[in-house]
Amino acid sequence: MSDIIYKSVTRISGPLLFVEGVGSVGYNELVEIRLQNGERRTGQVLESRRGLAIVQVFGQTTGLDVGNTSVKFLGETARVPVSDEMLGRIFNGIGEPRDNLGPIIASEKREIVGEAINPYSREEPSEFIETGISTIDGMNTLVRGQKLPIFSGSGLPHNRLAAQIARQAKVLSSSEGFSVVFGAMGITSEEANFFIEEFRNTGALNRSVLFLNLASDPSMERIILPRVALTTAEYLAYEKDMHVLVILSDMTNYCEALREISAAREEVPGRRGYPGYMYTDLSTIYERAGKIRGRNGSITQLPILSMPSDDMTHPIPDLTGYITEGQIVLSRDLHRRGIYPPVNVLPSLSRLMNQGIGKGRTREDHRGVADQLYSSYGRGVDLRSLAAIVGQEALGKDDRLYLEFANKFEEMFVSQGYDEDRSIERTLEIGWELLSMFPERELKRVKKEYIEKYGKPVK
Amino acid sequence: MGKIVRIAGPVVTAEDIQGAKMYDVVRVGELGLVGEIIRIEGNKSTIQVYEDTSGLRPNEKVDTTGRPLSVLLGPGIMKSIYDGIQRPLDVIRSSGGDFIRRGLYPDPVDMNKYWEFVPTVKKGQHLLGGDIVGKVQETSLIENRVMVPPGIEGDIVSIEEGKFKALDTIGYISTKNGLVELKLSHYWPVRQPRPVKGKLPPNIPLITGQRVIDTFFPVAKGGTVAVPGPFGSGKTVVQHQLAKWADSDVVVYVGCGERGNEMTEILTTFPELTDPKSGRPLMERTVLIANTSNMPVAAREASIYTGVTIAEYFRDMGYDVALMADSTSRWAEALREISGRLEEMPGEEGYPAYLGRKLAEFYERAGNSIIQSSQERRGSVTIIGAVSPPGGDISEPVSQNTLRVTRVFWGLDASLAQRRHFPSINWLTSYSLYLTELRNWFAEKVSPRWYEVYAKSMEILQKESELQEVAQLVGYDALPENEKEVLDIARSIREDFLQQSAFDEVDTYCPLRKQYLMLDAIIKMDELEKYAVSKGITISELQSLPFREKLSRFKEVKYDQVEDYYNSLINEMQKEITGRVEQK
Repeated sequence: MSDIIYKSVTRISGPLLFVEGVGSVGYNELVEIRLQNGERRTGQVLESRRGLAIVQVFGQTTGLDVGNTSVKFLGETARVPVSDEMLGRIFNGIGEPRDNLGPIIASEKREIVGEAINPYSREEPSEFIETGISTIDGMNTLVRGQKLPIFSGSGLPHNRLAAQIARQAKVLSSSEGFSVVFGAMGITSEEANFFIEEFRNTGALNRSVLFLNLASDPSMERIILPRVALTTAEYLAYEKDMHVLVILSDMTNYCEALREISAAREEVPGRRGYPGYMYTDLSTIYERAGKIRGRNGSITQLPILSMPSDDMTHPIPDLTGYITEGQIVLSRDLHRRGIYPPVNVLPSLSRLMNQGIGKGRTREDHRGVADQLYSSYGRGVDLRSLAAIVGQEALGKDDRLYLEFANKFEEMFVSQGYDEDRSIERTLEIGWELLSMFPERELKRVKKEYIEKYGKPVK
Repeated sequence: MGKIVRIAGPVVTAEDIQGAKMYDVVRVGELGLVGEIIRIEGNKSTIQVYEDTSGLRPNEKVDTTGRPLSVLLGPGIMKSIYDGIQRPLDVIRSSGGDFIRRGLYPDPVDMNKYWEFVPTVKKGQHLLGGDIVGKVQETSLIENRVMVPPGIEGDIVSIEEGKFKALDTIGYISTKNGLVELKLSHYWPVRQPRPVKGKLPPNIPLITGQRVIDTFFPVAKGGTVAVPGPFGSGKTVVQHQLAKWADSDVVVYVGCGERGNEMTEILTTFPELTDPKSGRPLMERTVLIANTSNMPVAAREASIYTGVTIAEYFRDMGYDVALMADSTSRWAEALREISGRLEEMPGEEGYPAYLGRKLAEFYERAGNSIIQSSQERRGSVTIIGAVSPPGGDISEPVSQNTLRVTRVFWGLDASLAQRRHFPSINWLTSYSLYLTELRNWFAEKVSPRWYEVYAKSMEILQKESELQEVAQLVGYDALPENEKEVLDIARSIREDFLQQSAFDEVDTYCPLRKQYLMLDAIIKMDELEKYAVSKGITISELQSLPFREKLSRFKEVKYDQVEDYYNSLINEMQKEITGRVEQK
């Protein structure tokens, strides 16, 4: 808007730049910063006062100085060019190509801070997504337009699980597959390569858009990346009628970056040093999943986050769980015993499951079977710790049955191959086979008519 | 005209606003964004802005409206969906598209719609504020009783029957300060409670059809409830169930900083559900306030006040209103965020020092009240507030301050939820202080044995938790048969009574009589089993008797068949157990 270039930087602190003597600068306005050697950086106005603007620099502040650095306010908030040409391409955290295939021709530029979807415009997500993974389809069903994070820990195979879901996910009623928008924040190049190779091998790459911010890239770009990725996803979903699966990995790195900026701004810290507004900030990412009435596309989110020291009450998984529609929790214990995918179904949950299952969607007995498996497995797991104290012999006959059930459940239902794509019928069938261990009176969660219709003879 | 000097997120500082008063609403910048003055220092006013402030610049203008943040109260509110400052989201969609644009302020109700007004007072009558002057059929379930706004007193000079728009004059009242127009609607500041004459003891239960609530931890009409629980423990399902089945006349549901899809779920399911009493769609008695987590945080702070003011308005008409706030923790976080931007001295965990006072003030707006009016009537506002404690640990400030002022506590338990025990209200930690006040009501309306059956079951559940500790040490098999019997009955109470499926057509709502019969059957079984055990029958023998299955299917029985089902169940139970004893 204005062509004035300011050279009045008076203070640099962490990623923040204090520019004095400025005219009227818009809040959240984009800023171009030029170093003495001609190098350019971008930033954003975090606070605007008369005569002072506090600018947050994306990328590193290395080489910035007081006196020679020049700052130009661009008069607009952050935007990203979008186009369907982006499919098959790889970008950095602020949406610039990093695959040496040249620039893309944008069909339009969109603000990366998306406006909130009007709750009145939303359509209730209800289309069952078959991921081919029993623990998800059978017990924590994913539906189109849902946000369902994977709560994992360092060293657990969350990337494999995410890749398997991206490869296998389909909607029963239609042949359309999913387009994938993959946003990597602060992950290692090895992890990034795993996804690129995986997408390339399965041919998914040409229906994917990848945004990579690796561990060595500026941490400030991690704040921008998910917003750029989701803006692209929204364009593909709502303008191009695509069903988009957004995989964001790793949200923990995102939150770390958020904390870094907050500390640099000297804000009052909330729990464990994370800013008090982290809940609101995360919601502006997660809530961009959904479906809109009258539009064909949808955005399904699958964020991955590694729980620091496997602690689910840590602020990052905690706040995430309060926003997302459930969670898939991976267990170190199952992983150690060689079970893949090591999904611990007990703390896992899909809040939108009921909308996606039942007669006409999956099968009429689905709810009951899932509840029965949950409750029986839960009891079996409880008894394990008891058996460890008093010994199996001290348990009652029924209790021993539950113990055996828990083991079988993990071997047959939870465990499956990386390439094994189980249909929902097969998943439910395995469920009934397992339940046939129990006499009918123990099956309180399933309706009698379904036991007669689908149940297997008692072993 | 005022000018902006500083913008930091939702907090804007401006100087030289003419006539700036605390809590007055101002219009900020060229877009005219709505904000509220929350601090005045010299010529500088600090404003909390209810919309995204991106792009605002210093020196843009700020004007005051001279009026505090208010809601419009009148016909047309029912069935609406509003954001935190009473902007109708359906109208915003039709004028601004699927995403919420800034700077749109449509009228809260359709100002062009005509309502059929029938006066109930005559010319010359002397009226007080709160007196009903006539009525409008707002929805098929709710008759809007048009009132003289609080604070106005005088003689009716004229009043007309006919079709009027929301802000048309329907008559005049002559007061000490001159002639005042009467309209179908009036404005009321949200942060100021509407006055009442007094409060009555809360002695009528709010019937919810949820067994664990009605039988174990009931809430009275006009009461206050705290529902804390970690994520995934089913807070929202409990709130939705209450919004669906609670026997209040009006439901105000405030989605405060929660998920967008949950509001959509209400919007799609409520019109299809019918009120058990009238058979009309539940939406006809519901008002929704949706300020989801990604919508502006200042409007989230205002949303619970907007909600409770609307609730008080319908209470003043003489209705029983239930207000669900999901979740007050998100409201407290909004308070914290704004407080942080104001650079106030933080209290516990960064929350402002006035958190406790603000929470208490909010819950104090509940009550079973005598309405301020010369016409005798009562009405009530019941507040059910969800709390989302970080990590499920209720030692944090929001939970603790809430527990101090609420009288019912439904403690949701993640470990129950993980076993799919729903509603996952923990029977050992939860409590209701209304139990004594409501005891007579239940004795009179349901059964004289109500309290006895409740107390007996509670005792068994308490005993179970003690015995479980012993069983952990010595193993179940080492317990004597009479203790196994307690565990057996406790399990039956948990599984056959407390567990209730919100998604089963029949079980989702359980009438009081059925609740009583179900629990009574279990207590009868307890007596019979005790007798059998004393005669040397083992628990595992008793568990395999065929009536047990019938007991566990009691939930699925439709209400018109419960009496027969109960009688035949008790019959079989007696026959089978005594038969067993005789065999021996």
